[in-house]
Amino acid sequence: MAIRETLIPMFVILPLGASFLISLFGKRSKAFCDIFSNIVTAALCMMSVYSLFLTKASGVLVYRVGQWVPPIGIAMVLDGLASFMLLTINLVAFCVTLYSVNYMEQYTKKWKFYTLFLLMLTGMEGVIVTGDIFNLFVFLEIASVASYALVAYGTEAEELEASFKYLVMSSLGSMFVLLGIAFIYGYTSTLNMADIAATLSQKGLGKIMLFTGALFIMGFGLKAALVPFHAWLPDAHPSAPAPISAMLSGVLIKALGVYALMRIIFNIFGLNQAMLSVLMFLGTVSMIVGVFLAIGQWDLKRLLAYHSISQVGYVVLGLGLGTPLGILGGLFHLFNHSVFKALLFLNSGAVEYSVGTRDLKKMGGLKERMPVSAGTSFIASMSIAGVPPFNGFWSKLIIILAAIQARQFAYAFFAGLASVLTLASFMKVQKCAFFGKLSKNNADAKEAPVFMRASMIMLAAVCVISAALMIPALSKFTIGAAADVLAGGTRYAKDVFGGIR
Amino acid sequence: MAVYLMCLTLFMVGIYCILRKRNIVKIIIGLIITEYAVNLFFVLLGYRMEGRAPIYSPAQAIVNMVDPIPQALILTSIVIGLAVTALVVGIAIRIYEKYGTFDITQIKRLKG
Repeated sequence: MAIRETLIPMFVILPLGASFLISLFGKRSKAFCDIFSNIVTAALCMMSVYSLFLTKASGVLVYRVGQWVPPIGIAMVLDGLASFMLLTINLVAFCVTLYSVNYMEQYTKKWKFYTLFLLMLTGMEGVIVTGDIFNLFVFLEIASVASYALVAYGTEAEELEASFKYLVMSSLGSMFVLLGIAFIYGYTSTLNMADIAATLSQKGLGKIMLFTGALFIMGFGLKAALVPFHAWLPDAHPSAPAPISAMLSGVLIKALGVYALMRIIFNIFGLNQAMLSVLMFLGTVSMIVGVFLAIGQWDLKRLLAYHSISQVGYVVLGLGLGTPLGILGGLFHLFNHSVFKALLFLNSGAVEYSVGTRDLKKMGGLKERMPVSAGTSFIASMSIAGVPPFNGFWSKLIIILAAIQARQFAYAFFAGLASVLTLASFMKVQKCAFFGKLSKNNADAKEAPVFMRASMIMLAAVCVISAALMIPALSKFTIGAAADVLAGGTRYAKDVFGGIR
Repeated sequence: MAVYLMCLTLFMVGIYCILRKRNIVKIIIGLIITEYAVNLFFVLLGYRMEGRAPIYSPAQAIVNMVDPIPQALILTSIVIGLAVTALVVGIAIRIYEKYGTFDITQIKRLKG
């Protein structure tokens, strides 16, 4: 086996090993936790950039765990979609760990935070790279259990309540996923995802697999907070510490929910019109319901959490269209949403750090006191609202164009409407929090410390730069390669078996 | 067939328990029952009547073995379930410390 393949398990081993070491030695020294976890996430970030070039150069890479050849043993697969998702996750994770250096000083037991954080990262990366459906479930649970604990991290009354609600609903979602895996195993007698895809394309889907698809939509829909299953998100995401909110809203719901669902529906079941229609419908409903619930909120983090529901709706709508253009738009929006939603949550954390409140009515005029937070938050707000030069505009434009191209005019209309409402909602945030008159209680608010500023500026820069992913030459080997994997459907099976060397 | 129906009943009991009960401890028990129902269903998939343990020995012909893979998977799933249960019980104890009750109708500081 070549050295290239051994890169793949490193994405799981590195954060897992780091979380183990931090739990052992982190108690002794705070500086060790900070430096070590930042080094690890930076290394992961660089590795995922390298993996983009690697998949471009040598196609699909398959790592055989313990040298067992895939239909029997567990496989880890790195293809265009996986490396694109890894880049998204690790970029946000790096900014979040940088931010936590200062922010988590407010809490005691920083080493526990880093341990759980890296464990959650392990779970997410595992979900992305695994090629085995039961292994996917195991990593899903690792990430989920770590995230339940992180939501309850402050152990205040509200946080515990939110965590309990999240835990019960999300565990139920996992049960549905496990039930779906049981049906798949019963029908195809294999657990390797590529092998399942090959068997299903021979055997045909049948009614039982449509039922399994419904189970997966329920299970992963719960993780992704699509609308009928969204009730836990507006409690859980605002209750966590700000860096964790950024991580949960930015990447966790996408890695565990959207990515896993898409991998199964597109690559295992093959493009099936019935399931795609359900996805489109759920996406549109989430888009509209999320944004309407967001408008009335006065708690900054809760407002952002409702917007996550709405924006995930866009991603699912784009992917559910099933056309190459729609998939491209959906994945582009997935990346963009990770970046700007993480940035917005980090901004809300910075405001909470210096003003001590999340209530929009008690803020006001913070622009003078906190120029960096205000500036980066302005960029993020404009991105999420879809104002032209920023990245959010381009991805929403592609999704709406794809909907029109697929002759789904109603969905295109709703996508436009939700975008206008998002703009209205973020005008409110900007006006109440950062513009206007400086209120008396906030007169001595200070700008956030240096690492928090650095990470916010970095994410804001990505918001501006990633609009350049529209240029075909750049998008071809990032989003384009990822979209090809999904649009290829069950060609995934052939690619994976071809990738075994 | 009857055993699958009983498995479904167990699943339904668990879901009912989660949805309708107001006591946190009962909700946790419902979660555990649901989990066991799913685990049981998965093991049943690999079971065959009068089957023998899947241990290979040269003396015996490979006939009528039960499928060992679901058993191995469910072992993992049970361990995961244990972790989740331990965490949720821990959270329930902390909730009781903060609110002084297990009744979810009185634990509702989050809304909107």
